[in-house]
Amino acid sequence: MSIASNHDNAPRPLVSDSGARATVGLEYMTYEDLEDFGKQLDEIRQRMLDSLGQEDADYIRGIVKAQSTLETVGRALMFLPFIPPAWLAGVAALSVSKILDNMEIGHNVMHGQYDWMNDPQLNSKMYEWDNVSPSANWQYTHNYIHHTYTNIRGLDRDIGYGLLRIDPDQKWHPAYLGNPLYAVVLMFVFQWGVLVHDLDLDRLQTGEATWAEVKERNSGTLRKVRRQLLKDYVLFPALTGPFFASTMAGNATANVARNVWAFAIIFCGHFPADVESFSEESAENESRGQWYLRQLLGSANITGSKLFHIMSGNLSYQIEHHLFPDIPSRRYPEIADEVRALCERYDLRYNTGPLPRQLGSVAKKIVKYALPNGFWDRLRGGTPEPAPVAYDEPGRAAA
Amino acid sequence: MTTAPGPTRRRLTRRVLASPLVESLTAPHGVDRFLEHVDPMLTVHSVRARVSEVIHETGAASTVVLEPNDAWRGFRPGQHVQFGVEVDGKRRIRCFSVSSSSQRTDGRFSVTVKAHQDGYVSQYLHRALGDGTLIHLSEAEGGFVLPTEVPDDLVLLSGGSGITPVMSMLRSLRDRGHDRSVTFLHYARSPEDEIFAAELDEIAATCPWVSMCRVYTRAPATGRVQGRFDASHLQQLAIDPSTTLTYACGPAGLIESVRRTYDAAGAGENLLMEYFKVPTVDLDAEDATGTLALDLTGREVPNDGRTILEQAEAAGLTPQFGCRMGVCHTCTVHKLHGAVRNVITGDVRANTDEHIQICINSPVGDVRVAL
Ligand SMILES: Cc1cc2nc3c(=O)[nH]c(=O)nc-3n(C[C@H](O)[C@H](O)[C@H](O)COP(=O)(O)OP(=O)(O)OC[C@H]3O[C@@H](n4cnc5c(N)ncnc54)[C@H](O)[C@@H]3O)c2cc1C
Ligand code: FES
Repeated sequence: MSIASNHDNAPRPLVSDSGARATVGLEYMTYEDLEDFGKQLDEIRQRMLDSLGQEDADYIRGIVKAQSTLETVGRALMFLPFIPPAWLAGVAALSVSKILDNMEIGHNVMHGQYDWMNDPQLNSKMYEWDNVSPSANWQYTHNYIHHTYTNIRGLDRDIGYGLLRIDPDQKWHPAYLGNPLYAVVLMFVFQWGVLVHDLDLDRLQTGEATWAEVKERNSGTLRKVRRQLLKDYVLFPALTGPFFASTMAGNATANVARNVWAFAIIFCGHFPADVESFSEESAENESRGQWYLRQLLGSANITGSKLFHIMSGNLSYQIEHHLFPDIPSRRYPEIADEVRALCERYDLRYNTGPLPRQLGSVAKKIVKYALPNGFWDRLRGGTPEPAPVAYDEPGRAAA
Repeated sequence: MTTAPGPTRRRLTRRVLASPLVESLTAPHGVDRFLEHVDPMLTVHSVRARVSEVIHETGAASTVVLEPNDAWRGFRPGQHVQFGVEVDGKRRIRCFSVSSSSQRTDGRFSVTVKAHQDGYVSQYLHRALGDGTLIHLSEAEGGFVLPTEVPDDLVLLSGGSGITPVMSMLRSLRDRGHDRSVTFLHYARSPEDEIFAAELDEIAATCPWVSMCRVYTRAPATGRVQGRFDASHLQQLAIDPSTTLTYACGPAGLIESVRRTYDAAGAGENLLMEYFKVPTVDLDAEDATGTLALDLTGREVPNDGRTILEQAEAAGLTPQFGCRMGVCHTCTVHKLHGAVRNVITGDVRANTDEHIQICINSPVGDVRVAL
């Protein structure tokens, strides 16, 4: 494998020659405080890394075991569609299996959370998830771009995924009137949305990449899509013989269930009200403390039971995940206690709430920003927020 | 005795499980990921073994007897395996030569390990390894093997723990009923340090075709030759390098002097060598020693102590990277050999065959990575 071919894709750290210090977080604390804040988080990070061991290994293997068992049971139950509860149970088991595979296992393993185990099955470079988008593409857009440039307008392609208007600073366009419709459609076909997003076609539009480069980078995509479709819509249905159609329908339902769930959890991670976004200039030359603070201010958590957190891949601890993307997710609850304490100390907002509230908040934003800035508030009879400076999104420069 | 499913049926089941069709069904995962939850030894692609016995050979060496699963395709005497053992959730991989006879009929094989003073895995195997432990293996590898047609004259030369691969050769020859001349020349510090002493005594007594010569470099001389290896030892044993196929394994110093002797006699092509590249860590030299081998094509640079990423870039390579601060894992590459220091924590890790983040690791001595 030639590493060099991917080099141009590596994100640039946001440095500018001006030498000016980044302004991220100055409304909350001084540079000295920021420095301190960064040191304390670094210290938590080191403490966690030092204590990784058998329990973490047992945990992820336990989840993998649960996932493979559920998948086996789910696929087996599809052979019995003439007993309706069996078919339903099969769909449920397969849905949960796909959710575990994509979220608590796939997403976290691909972040390198378990690379320290030196187990090829749990290695970030080797893991392939049960999703049409190949893990290598996803790692690029997610791990590098989104986690490096979290919520920086114009750089983080996850702000609205180049489809939705989710931030007042995104320039309004009549096409955004379809915002709510787009969101609902995206929810049902989410894995395909992820696939298109990961193709990274924007770079083609902006001229940063040539067609040949994009083609080369996505060469694995078609093969992956074919394999995924073959398994769920041809092979397993065929194995069940006369029940071809019901098995196909069952598998499709499981894929959609995973899509809807993943969409809901992921949209609650960065899009609820009060999550902040940042301008490129404000983050130039940022310090470690500022990088941490940007992650904190740009993310939101969801409260829930232990099972809920596992089912959400612990992305319900989005804040902790963004602070420490490569620390095993089962550590996020204990980290959260310390992060909350830090937030209290520096008087920072720790954005969290139950799923319905966070989802409601996201839904409201999707409707609100379908309209030009200020419209929504006027409709509701209030005074509009001051209009922010609009910026051009990576993929919408021409729109 | 009847084995539950007959060997033919077992082979057939394995063939089916390893087929492309089954792979399409389990995609994107391998079939092993499902099988191992039934029993970790059922895997069809991953070679695994259980420890069936740990035998203490000397105060500082132990033999680990392994019972491999069906994925193991066997070995040729002289080959080694990558041996992975999990401690505290981390898999540590080291190379060990097979030390047992290829003629063993119980399907088991063994490796013999000398415990290094600060060696992590060798100490663990010697002191703490329990029966039944699951071991992650590679298939047997390496070209340090006997030819199919063993010549009339053979020299097996070793020092210290380097005896392991040649012991496997000697045992296999004995068990195959070999009857042509073999000289077994072994160097140990003292009789107490000598691995396999009792079996060597027995072979010397029962196999007239073996000329056994054991040299103790730090004990009063007893035998025909004494002291560290030099050319005179071969003369005293009437070995003609130019006509004798020779296998040598041991510490770098021993191998070096054997090689020079054979080269001087114009007999370099008769000598096959294997040495255990145990990473040497010299903390006083501030790590900036040795060579950093960057890829499989043999590109090398002298280690200047900086991170591997920086050294690779200085050498004109353009490895992938992201954060350059150890968070994103974009820069992760496969390290084949050698010790590296984490520049953030200061930890030194000497695992064979592991993945490291090159933005935060610098080489300690000789290191080979697959960029
Ligand atoms: C092809 C091949 C075959 C081999 N066959 C055998 C065999 O049959 N039998 C056998 O015993 N060995 C064999 N080896 C060597 C074996 O693979 C290991 O290298 C050896 O056992 C040491 O591993 P370890 O984990 O004990 O030491 P490591 O922990 O890897 O340390 C290696 C060395 O570095 C030193 N060291 C480690 N960390 C530090 C530190 N922080 N500060 C200072 N010094 C440090 C240790 O003292 C030790 O000497 C073979 C090697 C190869 C390449
Ligand atoms: S470049 Fe991000 S971990 Fe090395």
